Amino acid sequence: MSIKLPIYLDHAATTPCDPKVVESMMPYFTDMFGNTGSRNHSFGWDSEEAVSKAREQVASLIGADPKEIIFTSGSTESNNLAIKGAANMYAKNPAGSENRGHIISVIHEHKAVLDPCKRLEKEGFDVTLLEPGQDGLVTRKMIEDAIRDDTILVTVMWANNEIGTINEIPQIGELCHDKGIIFHTDATQWVGKMPTNVKKDNVDLLSLSAHKMYGPKGVGALYVRRRRPRVRLIALQEGGGQERGYRSGTLNVTGIVGLGKACEICAQTMDSERERLLKLRNKLESSLESRLDVVQVNGHREKRLAHATNISFGFVEGESLMMALKEIAMSSGSACTSASLEPSYVLKALGVGDDLAHSSLRITMGRWTTEEEVDYAIEKIVEAVNKLRELSPLFDMHNEGIDISKIEWAAH
Amino acid sequence: MAYSEKVIEHYEKPRNVGTFGTQKEIKERQDIGVGLVGAPECGDVMQLQIKVGDDGNIEDAKFKCFGCGSAIASSSLATEWLKGKTLDEGLEIKNTEIVEELSLPPVKIHCSVLAEDAIKSAIADYKEKNTK
Ligand SMILES: Cc1ncc(COP(=O)(O)O)c(C=O)c1O
Repeated sequence: MSIKLPIYLDHAATTPCDPKVVESMMPYFTDMFGNTGSRNHSFGWDSEEAVSKAREQVASLIGADPKEIIFTSGSTESNNLAIKGAANMYAKNPAGSENRGHIISVIHEHKAVLDPCKRLEKEGFDVTLLEPGQDGLVTRKMIEDAIRDDTILVTVMWANNEIGTINEIPQIGELCHDKGIIFHTDATQWVGKMPTNVKKDNVDLLSLSAHKMYGPKGVGALYVRRRRPRVRLIALQEGGGQERGYRSGTLNVTGIVGLGKACEICAQTMDSERERLLKLRNKLESSLESRLDVVQVNGHREKRLAHATNISFGFVEGESLMMALKEIAMSSGSACTSASLEPSYVLKALGVGDDLAHSSLRITMGRWTTEEEVDYAIEKIVEAVNKLRELSPLFDMHNEGIDISKIEWAAH
Repeated sequence: MAYSEKVIEHYEKPRNVGTFGTQKEIKERQDIGVGLVGAPECGDVMQLQIKVGDDGNIEDAKFKCFGCGSAIASSSLATEWLKGKTLDEGLEIKNTEIVEELSLPPVKIHCSVLAEDAIKSAIADYKEKNTK
């Protein structure tokens, strides 16, 4: 069977829209284009009905009540609203003062969590960023040890976007509930792939994004718990008072309909998809590990998302590796690709050696990834790594038994 | 990031890849100078070796490089330029000429700087070996 190039193996960055999602959205661009705020004609009612249905679809995917879903423009906005909104609501002291409360997060969170936390730090809150160990896992124990009397908010991502590691969310949630602390999770990479029940999993605030689960870009949701505890937020933007006043602005009806449909499809397919992708991921990893030496899978080996892997190839630099693999779309830990010449801060935070952090590929498979594509990727990666190792002075040194970490490199 | 055609060309067909022997063998050879610059944690390491003939000219040059496409192209180009030059001519190669030849973007200028460093340090190594 011939395969179509380029191959897309970067589903943690974004996913294609499912054609069924696109189809569900179409009528809401042209025929049913009403504003949900128009309460006195059928255009408005039709849109309102579509949004209610989507709210149910989203709620049902995560075990929430539809009233607990706030539509946003995606996870960045959901994270900002959750973190700043909760911090300001539960602050111990008013704006402009010091000691407004303690917030716990983790160093390898997405920038859309870290930057709001940094902002709050400037505004009188105290922020602790935990540093997990080599496996990248965030445990209940780590949070327990960091909690103080003045802790008001804990925010920990459910699954990490670079290494796919799955954190102890239900356990951390239970701890926070015991202590009366608000608990937010950025579940962008998790929802739609893994069964979720915010009630049982003790989550108070949860961010999700449509474009990571075969829905459109620019739409997402924030779950805000309404019972035990009833969580309240201070809104970031003011205006028409839509979404219970938490998110003013005319609703993105088409996007919301697409998000709803995407959730419905994920609910039906995630279990079989996960099994299928796990087999492909295992094949990918075991083939690379058996055919190449000095290969390291980053992050926790078991507790991670089934469709994702992050692998370092010793003595090979990530950007040149991507260049050799230009017909395969992947992400490199060597962030040369994002124009800052730093290796991934997440891998560094895990204590992955700088040289290996420069040599990593993040491969994330998705709904339309085929075994043929994975086989093709394996062949190409092996070929490229071998080619670049031929070129690598570090590989020669390794073969001559020289310990690279013991060389005094001239700092550049 | 989009690469220039010249970078891609050097990356796909790098010139003069290799070494004149193992690290140990090279150390003992008087006719060879080695420059090893960069650091793994910075994401580039270049190794440049020159072989100097009886007439004192650079007879041959070889490189190995751990780094991005632009670093590989810069070191490949450096070996091409060095062959046949005198040591003094070799020292005159400037990183800006490499930038120009390969159309390197600003974020990749450090690759050309590294190549210039590698040339200088290979020549210095040769001279040091031969002054005793
Ligand atoms: C963990 C995580 N959080 C937040 C985001 C941002 O999501 P969005 O693009 O919907 O704003 C992403 C995606 O890049 C992500 O992976």
